[in-house]
Amino acid sequence: MTYFLQNVVNALQWGSFYALIALGYSMVYSILMLFNFAHGDIFMVGSYIGFGVAAALVALSAAGVVVLPSWLIFTLTILVTMILTAMLGMAVERVGYRPLRDAPRASAAITGLMIGIILETGNLAILGARRVRFPDLIESVTYEIGGVYVTNKKIMIVVVSLLFMVAMQYFVSKTKWGMAMRAMAYDYLVVPLMGVSINSIARLTFAIGSALAAVAGILYGIAYPVLDPYMGVLFGWKAFVAAILGGRGSIMGATLAGFLLGFIEIFVAMVFPSTLRDLIAYSIILLILVFRPHGFFGEPYSAKLRL
Amino acid sequence: MRKGAVLILLAVAVCMVFTPSAWGKNDAIKIGINAPITGDNPKVGEGSKYAAEMWLEDIKAAGGISVGGKKYDVEVIIEDNEYKAESAVRANTKMITEDEVMVIVGPQSSSQAIPAGDVANNYETPMISPWSTNPDTTNDRPFVFRGCFLDPFQGPVIANFVSDQFGFTKAAVLYDVAADYPKGLAEEFKKAWEKKNGKGSVVAYESFTTKDADFSSQLTNIKRSGAEFFFAPQYYSEVALIVQQAKELGWDKPIVGSDAWASADLLKLCGKGCVGLYFSTHYAAKGAKGATKAFIDRYNSKYGYVPDDVGALTWDSLRIVQAAIESLPKLTGKIKKDRKAVRDAMASIREFDGITGKMTFTENGDPIKCAVIVKITEEGEFEFHQSVCP
Repeated sequence: MTYFLQNVVNALQWGSFYALIALGYSMVYSILMLFNFAHGDIFMVGSYIGFGVAAALVALSAAGVVVLPSWLIFTLTILVTMILTAMLGMAVERVGYRPLRDAPRASAAITGLMIGIILETGNLAILGARRVRFPDLIESVTYEIGGVYVTNKKIMIVVVSLLFMVAMQYFVSKTKWGMAMRAMAYDYLVVPLMGVSINSIARLTFAIGSALAAVAGILYGIAYPVLDPYMGVLFGWKAFVAAILGGRGSIMGATLAGFLLGFIEIFVAMVFPSTLRDLIAYSIILLILVFRPHGFFGEPYSAKLRL
Repeated sequence: MRKGAVLILLAVAVCMVFTPSAWGKNDAIKIGINAPITGDNPKVGEGSKYAAEMWLEDIKAAGGISVGGKKYDVEVIIEDNEYKAESAVRANTKMITEDEVMVIVGPQSSSQAIPAGDVANNYETPMISPWSTNPDTTNDRPFVFRGCFLDPFQGPVIANFVSDQFGFTKAAVLYDVAADYPKGLAEEFKKAWEKKNGKGSVVAYESFTTKDADFSSQLTNIKRSGAEFFFAPQYYSEVALIVQQAKELGWDKPIVGSDAWASADLLKLCGKGCVGLYFSTHYAAKGAKGATKAFIDRYNSKYGYVPDDVGALTWDSLRIVQAAIESLPKLTGKIKKDRKAVRDAMASIREFDGITGKMTFTENGDPIKCAVIVKITEEGEFEFHQSVCP
């Protein structure tokens, strides 16, 4: 039993990352009907920006310039990184997607792949190939509860991810901006007639999606502190799968699918050799999609709107 | 028609201009280095590059390599293999066919050295891998050599060390099933451990796949298996993640490693978690004497950190190559003939006194040399614990 519960804890942490990144994917995909393949790399850049900000704050604090408690360093790192990464997301939208808004969707998807490669190799060129270690922002404390080991980091990661998901759900369903976004997803041709600028909604969508990727990047750095320029590639693909699995336009769906993916991966690895993990995990997802082609919460008509 | 002829002539002229061999006779000896400058283990590439730079400095100071009384200039060509098997093969092919190198030093890791060795052997170009411990690298390849001990030796060394040091009987292994080096060494270790402690004494044999970052379910399995320690024959960047996650799952027993741990970056990535752990390696920088110390001090003052074993082994390999070339009566200038002569000279070296220890070579091109067990100290140094000789 403890063995099972321990793996539930493992899966919750792993799933949080998929869920957070899938959320950003899902936003862009639902609202702009765009496959933003650069999203995984924005996550990677977010992690590196977080590393830079955190290292700078820790150094300032250690030098005695401004002495900050560690919780403040952590909060500041998240805030500053979110803002910087959101700006990167907006820049990507401006440079890579806006000029292609009327181009075939395939062109926009390819642009995403290219921006991704530019971000990876740009990072490689600027910082070099050496791995960096994410600073220890939070002192790790391990608790044992009936044989199950949980760290304060794990709890925090899961709680922070869930908080952001609830906040997003609220934002999209309850605010005016959220309403404009939902309208965009519904029919992007009519939206400008209502006096809403497509450009500003697209910019906002990218900013939010990238800020969420930045949060995922920092949490990732705390849980798996070795960063490398290609770490976003695989994550991007898997989160993309989760976003599709969740269904277009559903924040809950992307979150659930992200956690589901984490659970499948961890539990398959628990029983089978690791070589079979992705094989089994993605066969299950293929099966789900065969029976629910629009994902868990996707609405069948929405896919016809633009493609 | 005339236009076509002009174009063809032009094309030929362009080819001539861009073919280095047409630039006039260049009788410098070319040495190729095949190393991971970028990719997953850039520190390995850096160590190889720096050792080669230092070696070249010595050669330049001596006015070149002298063969049969004539001094030859030396050129070192470094190709990046991105820590990928296919790029290592490409790098070897390029250096052999385009650059016409005489000898190749590298690739370092078995995952790249095994496929790249095949290319070198097919093109009859001598190659020496300083760091590849998997037997397949040199097996049945007369043109391929290595500068380090082999995994069938390293596996038992670790198994014996753990038995003697801790008296454990139940082992677990966590390894990357998709890379040649960890997979080969994990198997050798398992064989040695079961020979010592009986069948079923490896209570957990868990694998993951290259690029994985989360090992929690494997580590949970290891923990449940009741193993008294686990062995992780992994590269330094993975070690950092494995050690931290093990600690977070409440693992407080020893973790033992292999020679791929020995990177100057290990402690930087791993932090305090790795302090006190043991691993087997090729040489211990702390407490070194003689030529080894001279090499370490020179490297340290030049590049600002203590060289890891890759640097030291690359240095030794280059010196073996140098000794082989110097032992030739003359160079013919025909690259194929000279490569064959260098291979024969390398194969006839029976003993070599390197900075990573004395080695004698077998018929297969493999050295017989000692391994050391080191302990990671509080200051992040690799401290000599014991030496194990065959």
